[in-house]
Amino acid sequence: MSAPIYLDNNATTRCAPEAVAAMLPFFTEQFGNPSSMHSFGAKVGHAVKAARASLQGLLGAEQDSEIIYTAGGTEADNTAILSALKAYPERKEIITTSVEHHAVLHLCGQLEKEGYTIHRLKVDGKGRLDLAEYRAVLSSKVAVVSVMWANNETGTYFPVVKMAEMARAADVLFHTDAVQAVGKIPLDLRHSAIDMLSLSGHKLHGPKGIGALYLRRGARFRPLLRGGGQERGRRAGTENVPAIIGLGVAAQLAIEHMTEENSRVRALRDRLQAGILAAVPNAFATGDLDNRLPNTLNIAFEYVEGEAILMLLNKQGIAASSGSACTSGSLEPSHVMRAMGIPYTAAHGTIRFSLSRENTEAEIDRVIAAVPPIIARLRKLSPYWGEDGPVTDPEKAFAPAYA
Amino acid sequence: MWDYSDTVKEHFYNPRNAGPLAEANAVGEVGSISCGDALRLMLKVDPGSETILDASFQTFGCGSAIASSSALTEIIKGRTLDEALTVTNQDIADYLGGLPPEKMHCSVMGREALQSAIANYRGEDWKDDHAEGALVCKCFAIDSVLIEETIRANNLCSVEQVTNYTKAGGSCSSCHEGIEEILAKVMAERGESFAPGQPPARKTPGKLSTLERIRRIEDVIARARPNLLRDHGDIELVDVEGKTIYVAMKGACSGCQMEALTLGGIQQQMVEALGELVKVVPVKLAQPA
Ligand SMILES: Cc1ncc(COP(=O)(O)O)c(C=O)c1O
Repeated sequence: MSAPIYLDNNATTRCAPEAVAAMLPFFTEQFGNPSSMHSFGAKVGHAVKAARASLQGLLGAEQDSEIIYTAGGTEADNTAILSALKAYPERKEIITTSVEHHAVLHLCGQLEKEGYTIHRLKVDGKGRLDLAEYRAVLSSKVAVVSVMWANNETGTYFPVVKMAEMARAADVLFHTDAVQAVGKIPLDLRHSAIDMLSLSGHKLHGPKGIGALYLRRGARFRPLLRGGGQERGRRAGTENVPAIIGLGVAAQLAIEHMTEENSRVRALRDRLQAGILAAVPNAFATGDLDNRLPNTLNIAFEYVEGEAILMLLNKQGIAASSGSACTSGSLEPSHVMRAMGIPYTAAHGTIRFSLSRENTEAEIDRVIAAVPPIIARLRKLSPYWGEDGPVTDPEKAFAPAYA
Repeated sequence: MWDYSDTVKEHFYNPRNAGPLAEANAVGEVGSISCGDALRLMLKVDPGSETILDASFQTFGCGSAIASSSALTEIIKGRTLDEALTVTNQDIADYLGGLPPEKMHCSVMGREALQSAIANYRGEDWKDDHAEGALVCKCFAIDSVLIEETIRANNLCSVEQVTNYTKAGGSCSSCHEGIEEILAKVMAERGESFAPGQPPARKTPGKLSTLERIRRIEDVIARARPNLLRDHGDIELVDVEGKTIYVAMKGACSGCQMEALTLGGIQQQMVEALGELVKVVPVKLAQPA
């Protein structure tokens, strides 16, 4: 089998070799605790400071103290939302969207059980928000707005810069889960009204288990973890120094490759989309196609099931992911596809291809060649597919004793 | 990625008996595209002997749905309809070298398609009575619908009871939060509220006969013994005097640091079994000479 092709970079990326190399000394001779009052610690403290500055550069943040390291995107999301609720205890409402990552969605679901009112903004067929709906629920009863920068399944951007300004005008904190956006598109937080932003190292060729919450200076904050005074008392616990160093290098590399991500990688993604859609009938790309991450392509293949597609792709060394119910062990296909109103005939067969700067044109061409026979093969097995197209009125042609 | 057995993978990559069966005289269809899996099973049945001469399937679904369909057709070919009806979903899973708990429903779908096809052949109506819920207990593959129905049917009110009735939550215990949520919901329906950590409200038992009391005490002892034996110890009932139960700890258990703990546990079980406060007191048996 030829070399494997990794097109699942929205799930996680390969840690850049430069980042790994930079981290290694911090497991061995540079083991000091940055808080310690001796030279072992001081050197490490300087390295952490440099790493923080590099991440600050990637975000376009005004101050390096606006960065609070966390154990990842999930912790940053939880910290942001729970902090806002503690900082504004009299406000019992949260605005978010119906297509957030589970890190926000499930937390809000829990808060709803505890008595908070959650406004989940709807999306249209292309995954776009209606700002009028947003404006209508934005009030002084809202503790925080949490809206993702880019959706992890479709790559669709939300107008968070604009939405943050609207929140500020209403005197409401604004948080964005930018886990998929950071490192892929240029950010300029100092000139935005965004109060809090979550990011995760392993999505931008950094190590796993490290992330950060950007907290605009002056925004009210209450820590999630209390203990030692690390991160200026905002996130207790001895710093994960090697990972912080690795994330610093990853941020630097992301800055250097930003143009490439938005030109070469985007062109590869577009080539993949055109190649597959030209060869496979009854398939379409989901999301807001002119307004999405440069690396993400989500295709719905009608009348086939996503996990089966993934298994056949995997057999040829191609790694992608699916929004099908079966891959998650749940009964429902992806909440993002359902929120966009993608019919069940297609929602179970959605495949996400997410690229990175490590992908080549030759790889993309191999995938373009591999996909059509896989879909054809599964459709041949399917009771919903006839000789060369879906059976007419599939729901009727297939009439089970129950549904 | 699921931890599929090699047999599952093999049947998925090389499905047996896939595609329409021209001479089919029994067809069973289950599932739907909205559920994410659907299976059409086609049989060619010999009218005289009711033997399944040929079987084929068409499936929309994940890897294990296709593998389960393939396995099913292999299992039933050559059997009579009555023999085929004895095939359980566990048989299908076993044939495949096991299925991940999240995927057991694929084998259930296979068995249902088979029942539906046979009903179709016999001109009977076949109705599925199995609704499926979200998987709650991954260790034992128990879904929310089963838990909910069991709680409702038996008036359960604690996680422990749910575990006793369904096994759900009996292993790693990470689904206890989910079970509590279902308990709270069903108990609310019957106008009760779920109180975590409290032993189930016990109906005050009528006074037990002496014989019944001793039986229950012996039961608790019997249940405790296997654990003690495993640790090279043992326990024996010596006497019961009013509310005091005398036991002898033997072997490695006698005088070990865990003795008090073990006795505490046994005492708790005695209290629950008898519905009254009792004390379990260890006694030293005279050592055999
Ligand atoms: C949009 C989004 N938010 C949050 C997360 C969670 O990040 P982490 O894995 O670092 O906790 C992810 C990663 O899956 C994501 O895609």
